[in-house]
Amino acid sequence: MSSSSIKASSMVPSQSPAHRPESAAAPGAEQTNAVSAVEARDFSFWYGGTRALNDITLTVPERKVTALIGPSGCGKSTFLRSINRMNDLIAGTRHDGDIRIHGASVYDPGVDVVQLRKRVGMVFQKSNPFPKSIYDNVAYGARVNGIARGRRELDGIVERSLRQAAIWDEVKDRLDRSALGLSGGQQQRLCIARALAVQPDVLLMDEPASALDPIATQKIEELIYELKTDYTIVIVTHNMQQAARVSDFTAFFYMGELVEVGKTDVIFTNPREDRTEAYITGRFG
Amino acid sequence: MSADAALSWRDRRRRSANLVMLTLTGVAALLTVVPLVLILYHLLTAGLSSINVDFFTQRPAPVGQEGGGMGNAVLGTVILVGVAAALGLPVAVGAGLFLAEAEGSRLANAVRFLTDVMNGIPSIVVGIFVWAWIVVAMGGFSALAGGVALAIMLLPMVTRTTEEMVRLVPRELREGGLALGFTRWRTTLGIVLPAARSGILTGILVALARVAGETAPLLFTAFVNPYWSWSLTEQIAALPVQIFLYATSPFEEWHRLAWAAALVLIGLVLAVSLAARFLIRSPYKDL
Repeated sequence: MSSSSIKASSMVPSQSPAHRPESAAAPGAEQTNAVSAVEARDFSFWYGGTRALNDITLTVPERKVTALIGPSGCGKSTFLRSINRMNDLIAGTRHDGDIRIHGASVYDPGVDVVQLRKRVGMVFQKSNPFPKSIYDNVAYGARVNGIARGRRELDGIVERSLRQAAIWDEVKDRLDRSALGLSGGQQQRLCIARALAVQPDVLLMDEPASALDPIATQKIEELIYELKTDYTIVIVTHNMQQAARVSDFTAFFYMGELVEVGKTDVIFTNPREDRTEAYITGRFG
Repeated sequence: MSADAALSWRDRRRRSANLVMLTLTGVAALLTVVPLVLILYHLLTAGLSSINVDFFTQRPAPVGQEGGGMGNAVLGTVILVGVAAALGLPVAVGAGLFLAEAEGSRLANAVRFLTDVMNGIPSIVVGIFVWAWIVVAMGGFSALAGGVALAIMLLPMVTRTTEEMVRLVPRELREGGLALGFTRWRTTLGIVLPAARSGILTGILVALARVAGETAPLLFTAFVNPYWSWSLTEQIAALPVQIFLYATSPFEEWHRLAWAAALVLIGLVLAVSLAARFLIRSPYKDL
């Protein structure tokens, strides 16, 4: 087992999910016993005329935490938001290359974005609970997406999701109260529960703790550690200590390029690239 | 005092300029509410004595006869505003949602510009338009025509406030819905609209209060009716029109009733504004 993937390579894209075991052994993915959950291949992205991502090739292994780090504007959030196509909402953007989730292209013309986003949950930098009750925040997605049949099943999903997000004990007596009355850290965990209730495969987290105090941050980090037994997690973070604490793999982005990716302990102790070392030792960024 | 001595001439000039500007804007702020206070005072002294149960339960008495009220006009105003709301609000709220959601599209830009133009159309022109298209076609004045005229007044106001309020909803909230795999319309109706609800309702109430006081669009559409009327196809009385007629009449008794009607009308508007303030709270406050 070594890094999750290396930079652009000449490998032929795998054709179907059935070929994935072979493709994982192909060059560029010189490692990973783990099965890949998300694979970007030569993925580029533009906002209007500005190129934000440049030929990103990156494999995110299943049931691991992969951290995307890099200075502001390096493209890490853009990449994250490309995985569930949240960037589609911005006018004047375009992309090249492909991102696959379990072998299926995200950008294929036949892809239903709604279906895609059901499978790829997202937690945002700023907690964004709906102006509804705690219960409804979690239940809404499950109900709309037809995951629960009937009230009892829904109750079960809500409880399980809240437990998974380690917030059940704090809210179980006030499920009918507004979610907006919760603290910032609780709101963020509620948003995680909300994402889990839809039963995604992959969980994208865009600086989920950057607006939280240290104690709430610690809770989120512990939660991430728990969740990776069931979910593939991709987390964008500004906080390098956080990346070191929570992630198995780290990808360093700089100016729209993927500079280096590998096992987190290797990246942080013995990076190959000078730029990576300069960044993680705080010489720039 | 001793500190003053240390102040340079420039510092002192800055301070006094600051004070002068604050005072001027404060006076301007007070001046804007002075008319309201004067109007209320005048209406209370001139109209309060004529407000009694009869005012709300009786229809106008024939000239020369004591008593009578404006109950039918109060009812008429409620019906007219109700018709205007039923016709105008769904369209206006939907249009406002579209303007906010389809931001940047040509249609949205065109509609936004046109609603601004519509907002500037004199209400008497709206009245004439509805007269030409509906009153003439229906062969007579009607509550329906009056309601349509008021609905047209309502459209641009509510469209724009809805748009503004929907725009205020944080982008993260919309993304939160979409990230859960909601379709665009469900995100808009299920998450964005409820989040903007209080602002939109406030805008609606303010707009309803405004059109309730409109006179000009009703003169050619609903016209007047001295009797009680529930019918949408008959002409119908309304408070503002009644005020206009009574205030310009030669009869002392009618003048008093006009003052009273004006007081009731402004009371209705005030009550609606207060309701908008207190009944509907933002979901982001008071938790």
